[in-house]
Amino acid sequence: MYVAVKGGEAAISNAHQLLADRRRGDRSVPAMTIEQIVEQLGLAVDRVMSEGSLYDKELAALAFKQARGDMIEAIFLLRAYRTTLPRFGYSNPIDTGNMLIERRISATYKDLPGGQLLGPTFDYTHRLLDPELMGDGAVDEPQSREAETGHTPRVSEILDQEGLIEGDGELPDDHRTGDLTREPMEFPMTRDVRLQALSRGDEGFLLALGYSTQRGYARSHPFAGEIRIGEVEVEIDVPELGFAVILGRIRVTECQMINQFQGSAKQPPQFTRGYGLVFGQSERKAMAMSLVDRTLRATELGEDLTAPAQDEEFVISHSDNVQATGFVEHLKLPHYVDFQAELDLVRRMRGEFEARQNATGQQGDNLEAAE
Amino acid sequence: MKEATDQLRNQEPSDPDQAARQQAMAVLARASGDELSEAWDAWPDRPEVSPVRGPETGLVMVRGRIGGGGAPFNFGEATVTRATVKLSTGRIGHAYALGADKDKVRHAAIFDALWQDEATRPTVEERLVAPVRRRLGDDDARRRDESAATRVDFFTMVRGED
Repeated sequence: MYVAVKGGEAAISNAHQLLADRRRGDRSVPAMTIEQIVEQLGLAVDRVMSEGSLYDKELAALAFKQARGDMIEAIFLLRAYRTTLPRFGYSNPIDTGNMLIERRISATYKDLPGGQLLGPTFDYTHRLLDPELMGDGAVDEPQSREAETGHTPRVSEILDQEGLIEGDGELPDDHRTGDLTREPMEFPMTRDVRLQALSRGDEGFLLALGYSTQRGYARSHPFAGEIRIGEVEVEIDVPELGFAVILGRIRVTECQMINQFQGSAKQPPQFTRGYGLVFGQSERKAMAMSLVDRTLRATELGEDLTAPAQDEEFVISHSDNVQATGFVEHLKLPHYVDFQAELDLVRRMRGEFEARQNATGQQGDNLEAAE
Repeated sequence: MKEATDQLRNQEPSDPDQAARQQAMAVLARASGDELSEAWDAWPDRPEVSPVRGPETGLVMVRGRIGGGGAPFNFGEATVTRATVKLSTGRIGHAYALGADKDKVRHAAIFDALWQDEATRPTVEERLVAPVRRRLGDDDARRRDESAATRVDFFTMVRGED
């Protein structure tokens, strides 16, 4: 029950002023600029964009600064901001096959066209804290070597030549692409809507679910067929022009997870696939997303439902951290009246319980005396 | 709705250089705000510019494809700013670009209008589009080469005889 409560205006206003002070911190330390956050905390900005489901580095950096580095608060701010903007339309689908690649690795083929490009990765670092970063030492320019020209095919295209892997994932021709920002969620979902939900889902939640599938809660035998990170063009059809215009580029991370599949009555033994696509550079989340995408296809592929990561309604209903934080955090709002009612109820039940204890206790005493 | 769209289309002169204009618009969309404003500040005989629409910032829902090449899905939104301007010469220019930089997109729309005018197109190409295209191409080449330096060259250790 919610009851309007008056009072606290001054406390709230002062609390917000205190928040602003603590956010700024020691005034003798220079304030961070948005450019510094975009340039030097880029992966935090990427996470805010990905889970905020809004690609805009400056706004994501502003949200991160305003939230004092609290990721979910920053994501919440970005989601709230997007509701104030009109929707101009839908882009043409991006082509990740035609990406300006910054990193591309495959765990399934050593030698493949385009090669293995490590890019700016934490992999193979020793995870030792670097005291040099306590200061502002000069950083060397990166090495450079002449790039190969030509198409870098997806690993799935290579496997497809043998016919041992399923296709990319078609939906019926008359299927209208679902949009969960426009329509209420309904279960069961089609895979397009599920991917939209997973792409904006909480990284930690998807990571834990993906991990659970590896530990045996839904057997899935995955291989990271390919991970690629880089920039793709975004293009939109403009009706008043009668042709498509390129809006610019965005950075995305794509993961193609490949899973052994023993086949079913309907399908031959082959490799199946899980797909991950995430805004920015976010390999961990793209990998987790592709694991979860694959396990959520259990019904489609005729697999036994045995694990939480296969339960679409459970996974998708709890993957959005803005919804989750809203419901968990609402518990701190005043529930004075509800609690008074519960307090009364518990007192009454306790009274009845004690009365019963006393009655049976006395009976027991009487019995003992009689014996 | 379809008719309205067709009407809007018919207001534009049918443009035989559509592909070239598309490419120029793509370059203008990726030009920096400074590149565009400096080019406009230095433009000789600047025409009067009146706004037709915007500049306004909104959202485009970016689509991906399942598995990379399958059915489309809605991936997530991006901020996009668009503007339509009319020059005192009568030319109408449009611009769309990612982000929320309204000045940049207004300038891009002006240059789209100037590009459509055959009298000013060579100057737009020479002073703005070509240099920005070159800078973008150089940036891409540099980044490709930096990535290429992180390519793994495998070698095999042969042990034992034969």
